[in-house]
Amino acid sequence: MTEVSVAKEEVAATGELVVLKNVNKHFGALHVLQDIDLTITRGEVVVVIGPSGSGKSTLCRTINRLETIDSGSITIDGNPLPAEGRQLAKLRADVGMVFQSFNLFAHKTVLENVTLGQVKVRKVDARQAEEKARALLDRVGVGAQADKYPAQLSGGQQQRVAIARALAMGPKVMLFDEPTSALDPEMINEVLEVMQQLARDGMTMIVVTHEMGFARSAANRVVFMADGRIVEEAAPEQFFSNPRSDRAKDFLSKILHH
Amino acid sequence: MFDFLQDYDLLGAFWTTVQLTVLSAVGSLIWGTMLAAMRVGPVPLMRGFGTAYVNIVRNIPLTVIILFTSLGLNQTLNITMGAKDFETINFRLAVLGLILYTAAFVCEALRSGINTVPVGQAEAARAIGLSFSQVLRLVVLPQAFRSSVVPLANVLIALTKNTTVAAAIGVAEAALVMKEMIENEAQLLLIAGVIAFGFVVLTLPTGLILGWVGKKVAVKR
Repeated sequence: MTEVSVAKEEVAATGELVVLKNVNKHFGALHVLQDIDLTITRGEVVVVIGPSGSGKSTLCRTINRLETIDSGSITIDGNPLPAEGRQLAKLRADVGMVFQSFNLFAHKTVLENVTLGQVKVRKVDARQAEEKARALLDRVGVGAQADKYPAQLSGGQQQRVAIARALAMGPKVMLFDEPTSALDPEMINEVLEVMQQLARDGMTMIVVTHEMGFARSAANRVVFMADGRIVEEAAPEQFFSNPRSDRAKDFLSKILHH
Repeated sequence: MFDFLQDYDLLGAFWTTVQLTVLSAVGSLIWGTMLAAMRVGPVPLMRGFGTAYVNIVRNIPLTVIILFTSLGLNQTLNITMGAKDFETINFRLAVLGLILYTAAFVCEALRSGINTVPVGQAEAARAIGLSFSQVLRLVVLPQAFRSSVVPLANVLIALTKNTTVAAAIGVAEAALVMKEMIENEAQLLLIAGVIAFGFVVLTLPTGLILGWVGKKVAVKR
């Protein structure tokens, strides 16, 4: 317990970055997000876990408004999420997102995927953008693939390019929506290593994942969701060794013991 | 056997056909792309307009549209399309009618192309801060065009043949000259054969070349 409070105080000093207050969302009759309150401070790595259908991906997608919310508020760096238009686009540029299915632009080369946002949104000149893109691609270990098309890369390589593409915008926070769920087992680690490195470098991250190893080693906090609610929040050691809620105990017993 | 052809400006007529086709193709590609953008856009009013336009226009016979441009726009509303002589006015009205009609089909061909682009790519594009029009211009449409080359080629071939309807308002293209020849000569089969051959010469390479282009530019996924 003491470790948790120390960690929280440390990050609290640097300020709240993403704040969700009383967020509700329905998909038709399904109440996918129920009274969600969640605060992520600068530099914090929060891992969201839970059974499928618990609303964790939806939660992740509301933070850059790929999903709208029915009520409640979301603020990023003190600014409420704009409804539409230019303001929203501007905010999204500050929130990096990595998807389960990579979603690289299929008609553009790896390099162009990473320069596009810089040039068109940040208005960086083409040469500078390319320099930054190549540096980022090197950093995630796919520098040699810069001139290939996404379809020519393995899943793990594509996902690392997607991370570079998000990082190229200089985001304040990175959202990962099950980034390793679509990968062949042997490629999961190369992506997780890049994410570990990012966490060590101090990036604020919200990660929806089923990788418990990553949650244990990289997370400052684990958020456990079930049936559209946040059931439990705790430091990873505490959550995995001594979960408080029955729902979490049940979930962990199903995934950890086999 | 082909002597009588010398009395008619057949090449000139086919040249008019080509001009009608090219101008209408460019116009309908632009207007059709705008319609497609409206139909996939976030503004309900524009979506409604795009949908209504396509469903109304593609179900009206082209002859009616072309006649309307002449009888309605020109003779009733005195729209002259910036020209003075009848020949030019009718040519421009025919191009206008062909654009209005063909754009509906271009829109639908493009929309089928847009549907081949995974939704996730548009989401990723929005997620890096691109605006709606940037997402469309930089990510969705370039891929949509590539996968609609073959259906668009079909539209272009249909357009080439549809230009014959311009004869209805007196534009001196291939079909009008054919009518003239049929009235004056006793070589029905030969005349039909010559005109048909002329159109095949125009449309066959279009289909073959664009089919090849379609394969060449296809996006690998």
